[in-house]
Amino acid sequence: MNDMVKNTGLFALVALLIVITGLMQSWNTALLILNMGLISAIMALGVNLQWGFAGLFNVGIMGFVALGGLASVLIAMPPTEGAWSAGGYSIVLGLLMGAATIVAAVLTYQRMPDGRARTLAMLAILIGGFFLYRAVYDPGVDAVEAINPASTGNIGGLGLPILLSWPVGGLLAAGVAWIIGKTALGLRSDYLAIATLGIAEIIIAVLKNEDWLARGVKNVIGLPRPVPLEVDLQRDPEFVERAAGFGLDAVTASTIYVKLEYAALFAVVLVILLWMAQKALNSPWGRMMRAIRDNEVAAEAMGKDVTRRHLQIFILGSAICGIAGAMMTTLDGQLTPGTYQPLRFTFLVWVMVIVGGSGNNFGAVLGGFLIWFLWVQVEPIGLWLMSTLTSGMADGGLKTHLMDSAAHMRLFTMGVILLLVLRFSPRGLIPEK
Amino acid sequence: MSSSNPYQDDRGNKDRSITNPAGQGTAMPRSKSGPVTSAPGGPFLIGEAMTGGYGKGPDILHECTIAVDRGEIAVIVGPNGAGKSTAMKAVFGMLDVRSGRVLLDGEDITALTPQDRVVKGMGFVPQTHNIFTSMTVEENLEMGAFIRKDDFRDTMAQVYDLFPILKEKRYQAAGELSGGQRQQVAVGRALMTKPKVLMLDEPTAGVSPIVMDELFDRIIEVARTGIPILMVEQNARQALEIADKGYVLVQGRNAFTDTGKALMADPEVRRSFLGG
Amino acid sequence: MDLLNAFITLANFVIIPAIAYGSQLALGALGVTLIYGILRFSNFAHGDTMAFGTMITILFTWWFQHMGLSFGPLPTALLALPFGIAGCALFVLLTDRAVYRFYRVQKAKPVILVIVSMGVMFIMNGVVRFIIGPDDHAFSDGERFIISARTFREMTGLEEGLAIRTSTGITVVTAVIVVAALFWFLNKTRTGKSMRAYSDNEDLALLSGINPEKVVVVTWVIVAALATVAGTLYGLDKSFKAFTYFQLLLPIFASAIVGGLGSPVGAIAGGFVIAFSEVTITYAWKKVLVYALPEGMGPDGLVQLLSTDYKFAVSFIILLVVLLFRPTGLFKGKSV
Repeated sequence: MNDMVKNTGLFALVALLIVITGLMQSWNTALLILNMGLISAIMALGVNLQWGFAGLFNVGIMGFVALGGLASVLIAMPPTEGAWSAGGYSIVLGLLMGAATIVAAVLTYQRMPDGRARTLAMLAILIGGFFLYRAVYDPGVDAVEAINPASTGNIGGLGLPILLSWPVGGLLAAGVAWIIGKTALGLRSDYLAIATLGIAEIIIAVLKNEDWLARGVKNVIGLPRPVPLEVDLQRDPEFVERAAGFGLDAVTASTIYVKLEYAALFAVVLVILLWMAQKALNSPWGRMMRAIRDNEVAAEAMGKDVTRRHLQIFILGSAICGIAGAMMTTLDGQLTPGTYQPLRFTFLVWVMVIVGGSGNNFGAVLGGFLIWFLWVQVEPIGLWLMSTLTSGMADGGLKTHLMDSAAHMRLFTMGVILLLVLRFSPRGLIPEK
Repeated sequence: MSSSNPYQDDRGNKDRSITNPAGQGTAMPRSKSGPVTSAPGGPFLIGEAMTGGYGKGPDILHECTIAVDRGEIAVIVGPNGAGKSTAMKAVFGMLDVRSGRVLLDGEDITALTPQDRVVKGMGFVPQTHNIFTSMTVEENLEMGAFIRKDDFRDTMAQVYDLFPILKEKRYQAAGELSGGQRQQVAVGRALMTKPKVLMLDEPTAGVSPIVMDELFDRIIEVARTGIPILMVEQNARQALEIADKGYVLVQGRNAFTDTGKALMADPEVRRSFLGG
Repeated sequence: MDLLNAFITLANFVIIPAIAYGSQLALGALGVTLIYGILRFSNFAHGDTMAFGTMITILFTWWFQHMGLSFGPLPTALLALPFGIAGCALFVLLTDRAVYRFYRVQKAKPVILVIVSMGVMFIMNGVVRFIIGPDDHAFSDGERFIISARTFREMTGLEEGLAIRTSTGITVVTAVIVVAALFWFLNKTRTGKSMRAYSDNEDLALLSGINPEKVVVVTWVIVAALATVAGTLYGLDKSFKAFTYFQLLLPIFASAIVGGLGSPVGAIAGGFVIAFSEVTITYAWKKVLVYALPEGMGPDGLVQLLSTDYKFAVSFIILLVVLLFRPTGLFKGKSV
């Protein structure tokens, strides 16, 4: 009961912080924090599943989040006129041939006896396959990228409702997680950390460079939205009237209304995922996961296939990050591969999980909200602090430098918070039961 | 929760791309030594009426006494789980001794850390992980002499005389040697400090009978150089044959204590512990 | 003659840059591998340690330049390097004292230390950006070239030029000196051997009277020195930007793992393997092939296997291939 009170208090505190933001800054800022907080909480939930329940060290969260973003583009953007007939099919064919080459090489490795013949055969397949793949793939890419490069130049999407991209983002992330998990968890010792670190960078590199896919660094903007546009609301006399009833002007009311709708959508997803995570945790499956985590040798002796279980939970956790990624891109309304940075999308989520309480779903959710709030608010607080500190100083190089530097306080603060929690409350704010 | 200490909880993570558990130390009971007091008389080394266990765990030893005198070989034998190794670790300070004391050469050293006991002249050869596998034989010996500030080339020559095979393999990595040779490296390493007493924890564990005989011969040779030896042994019969004094432990208590010969002759000891 | 031209082109655009980059990676990987071997965790803050050391070096370089101090044809940064190392060592030791030591006393599991190093990474990242900002800084001065392409062409009469930049020369010479000194230290000195002993078997090292705290301090100082040297050389060769250094973490980890974590020789080999693969695979081979192949057989395209933006992918794929066939890395590391 005591724990209950404490935990409710912690959540109330975060809610209060957001309300204070609303009162002191603006409700738009507060709702922005709330929305990204909801998404962060979902990411933290996914990572908590992996680290908290199974001890899997995933440092490639950024990659899965980005895959979710890609799903949004592929699902919701309208198809580019003529892209498929121009080069889309040869791209797909090329990719399939690339995949076939790898499969053939792997099969050769498994089937042929060890020796020089095998090495040569594998080399021949890989090199031949590579050039074949490039021969089919490159013209397709060139053709697609040539179509109206200023606004599209990519394959486009399916033109489906963007909400559909959320589960699809999860699936996409799950697929990639399956490939990573198969290789990295199957090796004689685990190499998951380095594998995820590398894959995440590769996914970002693909997003940045493969213009045919999602326009690369030219960004995809103007994604369809699951909620009405603010301008449409402002033109709707009924809405304007209702807003006036609350004493709000139409512009403010419309931005707040849209954000509230997003918040409601996100909250629904969070609640569903949280409910599922809690169910999973307390199911026989969840108990087994924790049994494996706490004593792998014993679990293995009891006939549990540890690698398989680890693979399952790794895929599930990554899928959740993918869903969160699709949601985030939906909220932003654009995909900008240049903004994906490991500090923000991988390590910050780790801070959320550790600070909130690894192994506890509610802890992860709390961590998501709290750390996101601080991530956003440390900058203005830092600026305020700096201007207070430097108020007595003469204007000059140092003062300008200090004011400019205040923006970097947030990284520093995140590190300090992580270290303080690890030192004084190593199980996090809401510890595992 | 797998552990009460959150810092010990790694959630079963065994990701080798970020962590390296190989060679990591185990917790030592004490990090700082207490005072040493004078306690003249008695045997050269004695763990007297020791009661204690690991950390906050239950007591494993109960009023257990182990001693060795100058020029002697003392052997601790007993069934599995009798606390033989634990008794030796208690003498060496790797255990929380809650009552009883340890005396070395007329001094009470109960409050010393294992490291400080090494400085006081105790040589200890653990049962496992007792060599630096990635280092050469010679480097192992050098590391044995780490606390010495004087020239230790003489001691090294003595060790090589005692274990000629080590001289032959001095530039080979110790981890590449056979089981018996590794044990010789381990004993040699402990001898490098010129210890006043040598403690061996099951030196013949896991080696073939022939190698075992050879190791026992070497141990007797070491004893002849004048170093008292306290040894835990699984092979009770052979060990008692070379022992001046034998301790039979059962469930952390002294069951029988006598000379090696007398214990071998004792019908009850024979029946219970030597297989007839 | 054409073959010679092909070779010169190859040397100019592949071999020499890869040797320089490889040396930088090797020095970085050595630091990671030492921490892994002795403190038993992978230090996520290593890239930022490099950035911090380089930053101090740059600040001293600016100060020296301001005072009119110069190192003749060599970059002033070399004069500042010892100060950079000292500053970095000091910071790292303070971090150890304030942060890591507590966990050592607790005998914390290595994975906890990995998470701790994430926190340190954030802090160092913040500190570096706070002091020097997130922007690019080029701080190389002195002669730009040992041999410029033009001089080379005039000397040899070949069509293709071979340029050796001062920074490349300095990188290789410094790396050789630093690595030789490190190996001498680890294999020949009493302290160096005690570090290896501690890495091999902590308990036995304690029993042998080796002071773990001293081992740890020496390790951090060496790591700080390696990181600063690696970072400064990289900065002289390219330029300094906090974010780039953070991103070096992946190729550096890849180098250390490919070589075999915990093995210093492996770290060096891994650094060069990764560097050569990255440069070779992202290089456009057209020019070399045009020279090397008979008249008219030269390719039309650029013959670039992968675009340079995929260099991370290259280090990662090499890593994966090595691990699939040799799970302990090229040189048997600790990870069995």
